[in-house]
Amino acid sequence: MIDRIKALTERELAAIFLSFIAYVVGVLFLLVTGMLFTFETLTEGGEATMRPLFDHMSWLLILALPLITMRMISDEYASGTVETLMTAPVSDAEVVLGKFFGTFLFYVALILSTLVYVVALAMFSKPDLLATAYGYLGLLLLGALYASVGLFASSLTRHQLIAAVLAIAILALFSYAVDYLAMIQGGAWRNTLSYINILHHFKDFSKGIFDTKAIVFFVSSTAFFLFLCVKVMESKRWR
Amino acid sequence: MIQVKNLTKAYGDRVAVNGISFHIDEGEIVGFLGPNGAGKTTTMRMITCFMPATSGSASVGGHDVFTESMQVRRVIGYLPESTPLDIHLRAREYLNFRGKIRGLSRSERAAAIKRVADLCWLGEFINRPIHQLSKGMKQRVGLADALLHDPKVLILDEPTVGLDPTQIRETRNLIQELAKRHTVLLSSHILPEVEATCQRTIIIAGGSIVASGSPDELKTRIREGSRLIAELTGDAAAIEKAVKAINGVKEVARESDNGWHRFIIETNKNADPREAIYKLATENKWSMRELRLEAGTLEEFFVRITAEQAAQRKAAEVRS
Repeated sequence: MIDRIKALTERELAAIFLSFIAYVVGVLFLLVTGMLFTFETLTEGGEATMRPLFDHMSWLLILALPLITMRMISDEYASGTVETLMTAPVSDAEVVLGKFFGTFLFYVALILSTLVYVVALAMFSKPDLLATAYGYLGLLLLGALYASVGLFASSLTRHQLIAAVLAIAILALFSYAVDYLAMIQGGAWRNTLSYINILHHFKDFSKGIFDTKAIVFFVSSTAFFLFLCVKVMESKRWR
Repeated sequence: MIQVKNLTKAYGDRVAVNGISFHIDEGEIVGFLGPNGAGKTTTMRMITCFMPATSGSASVGGHDVFTESMQVRRVIGYLPESTPLDIHLRAREYLNFRGKIRGLSRSERAAAIKRVADLCWLGEFINRPIHQLSKGMKQRVGLADALLHDPKVLILDEPTVGLDPTQIRETRNLIQELAKRHTVLLSSHILPEVEATCQRTIIIAGGSIVASGSPDELKTRIREGSRLIAELTGDAAAIEKAVKAINGVKEVARESDNGWHRFIIETNKNADPREAIYKLATENKWSMRELRLEAGTLEEFFVRITAEQAAQRKAAEVRS
């Protein structure tokens, strides 16, 4: 099983690195974060912390990761490669996991390249490295969840663009819309709505707090969306 | 090797495959013949575990396609109709990936890729990105993939569609070569295609099996609806009368043009009165410029079969 997931992961990574969109997304992400870092964080007398940049990344990634995942499953169905894939001895879950790890590894590479900012920051000041490490841990968990939502959206449609819009909509709903809903809805709903807010859980990490509750939230919701994705693929066989 | 029992697939109200049963023995090469939309691809997709049947069952190599899907997939090499490939990869990279998910080790993969590249004449094209390859070359890469794990059963959906005549001939030869080591089920909508390659043919139309047998048996069945064409000069009425009197002639129609009479003669099953007509013509000194048996084409056969099916369905509806 591990060998097959590994092979599928390599295939996805190759597809990502051979696609034009991955470079566009990567370059834009680094360009925007680089500008934000230069003009906001790297200022004279500014606070030596990555926290504002982490918070910027959390919404930038809502746009970036769905663009990476959008074609992953939708295109298998649109191009018909799903037929050769699903008649080879691999399970639906292995296919989804391969795609997930492929996306995640690309994401890790993207996030690692932002370590340059930490190095730049450390050259001029003394940032809290442990807090920064927690921030990066939070980014990894956040990216995993975004990737799983993106894959889920991609499994729902044959059209890449619809998959991207759908994923961005779901992520925006759980990041921003729930905040607004919590504000207008009082009482018991408020706790639930604030629990399912992705960014609330992420903010702990970007502040530099190690929060096991948030880890549980990210890991379980990532697993949940991957599970949904497998179920959608299974249900497609019956149609 | 392949056992299919009452296999049915319905998409909502539309029944694509309607309770078909057949079996294929080890080492056989069987053609699945039928017009487009007859249910060939759907049947193959059920046998290859791509989609589950609505009812009925199928097994390959003793494994049920539904409950032992993974074992079945290991036994089968499948070439889908549209030859879907990872077009951004090079052919070699693609085959390597396919070998990995089939659980072949590094050395097994290297040997297998070399074997299938030789078998399918991939040549230098193996190092080209797949999106640069021609349709025929892509077909070969797809076939190479289906052969990679040396499967007991090969299922090929329209393997020659979209190829040029040379490639079609090469592919047919290859399939016949492969039939020595594998059990082969291939589909086609062209009769000569199946005739040239298969030992046995299953004809499917409207989701049901309408005939099956060796190519020769089927040819006779298809010819049931054959006609004779004769063009003669002379007294048209007399000729018609004489021809009608020949044993085996069912009906005669006549067209006249510039002194020549063209007779379209419907015959009884397996009757061939060509010799009798020729003798008649020489005895009566009628000039003849054409005499031929117009063999029923596969298309006509399908039209007849589907008309029969429609009539049966109507009758069934009336009864109920």
